[in-house]
Amino acid sequence: MKNLAQLLREHPFFHGMDEEHLEFIARCGQNCIFNRGEYIARENAPADQFYVIRDGKVAVESYVPNHGSLCLQTLHSGDIFGWSWLFPPYLWTFDGRALDEVHAVRLDGKCLRDKCDEDPKLGYALMKRFARIVTDRLHTTRVQLMDVYNQQRPPLDSGQ
Amino acid sequence: MTPEVFRVEQRREEFPGTFTLRIRGERAKNGSPAEFQPGQFNMLYAFGAGEIAISLSGSPRDRDGYVHTIRTHGFVSQALERLQAGDLLGVRGPFGCGWPLSAAKGKEVLIIAGGLGLAPLRPLIYNLLGDTQSVRNIRLFYGARRPDEMLYRDELAQWAGSMEIVQSVDHGDADWAGHIGVITGPLAGAELDPQNTVAFLCGPEVMMRFCIQTLTAKAVPESAIYLSMERNMKCATGHCGHCQWGPNFVCKDGPVFNFAGVQSWFNIRAL
Repeated sequence: MKNLAQLLREHPFFHGMDEEHLEFIARCGQNCIFNRGEYIARENAPADQFYVIRDGKVAVESYVPNHGSLCLQTLHSGDIFGWSWLFPPYLWTFDGRALDEVHAVRLDGKCLRDKCDEDPKLGYALMKRFARIVTDRLHTTRVQLMDVYNQQRPPLDSGQ
Repeated sequence: MTPEVFRVEQRREEFPGTFTLRIRGERAKNGSPAEFQPGQFNMLYAFGAGEIAISLSGSPRDRDGYVHTIRTHGFVSQALERLQAGDLLGVRGPFGCGWPLSAAKGKEVLIIAGGLGLAPLRPLIYNLLGDTQSVRNIRLFYGARRPDEMLYRDELAQWAGSMEIVQSVDHGDADWAGHIGVITGPLAGAELDPQNTVAFLCGPEVMMRFCIQTLTAKAVPESAIYLSMERNMKCATGHCGHCQWGPNFVCKDGPVFNFAGVQSWFNIRAL
């Protein structure tokens, strides 16, 4: 059976990370399994963890009154769920719900925050990776907002 | 150049505003209509309204007629939408250069479709599934706005037994089991052998642009990427100039182009 450091090493998020840092991060983690329908995170609840998704599918949702939960995006094996642990007030901004059996590594964000303050090299390595995720998600959101498959396009401008 | 008269044999509503016509030639009752290559198009003439270019979306092996999936957008497509089984329309074609099947030989094939872009790719899928020995594997990445705006849902379920299909929608619903997000997400996460991959793309141009960025970031060579372009086609023979795109006429030199050959034009905004 693989230990946590090995599992993290194989995950794309941690590719290229120093071995020493990886070992430390692994010590802040634990394996976890969520059953289908189980909430991994609830909006406005304290966000002191993030999840490395190893297998399964997670819906990032927001509850809309009189409508129900609206799924904004699905995350899959190879994705990371959660960056709210990085920024005050350290509260989840969306719900996270398992759409099938999800195998993940839960990482203690609070422990990592403290370590990142002490070790800026680790902080920078982690922040670079999270910045990439944030920009990728922003890009995805922008493309969704462009509604490229819409049948009725507004008139074209000159494109200048 | 003169349209032949065809009769609508079957009309199927894919979802509101998008429909599929199966048509059969009136004169060719004892023969077959002209053969076509996947990726080619016909000019469909709605009598009294006008003519528009529509991709062929049926099987090239089906020699009884043509199949076209049409989105209602303008005056002519609205006239075509009103056609019912038994009604007549004019057809010129097939025209244009289709998907280069030879480029797929021995390769991992990525078929990347967005919205109605699956229609011109369907004949290619039929051909590839009919000769799976010639390719290493086939994967379809299909993005759409909503689950109920996906084309050929019954066939997608059938094809899933023969190839990997990744479906993604911008907005899901409670019954949707696929991805929610944009198709570049699962494409970026796909494991592939870039030097032995060929990609065929069709969809909104902006979606193709982002998919090409994702593919090239994964080291897929530009020369291994083919895309189907859409421009205002009128004569379909490269004479009128309506669909001129840089030095190319989309109707005659395309609609399928190799990305390496059109890369410089693809990034010019005014074209």
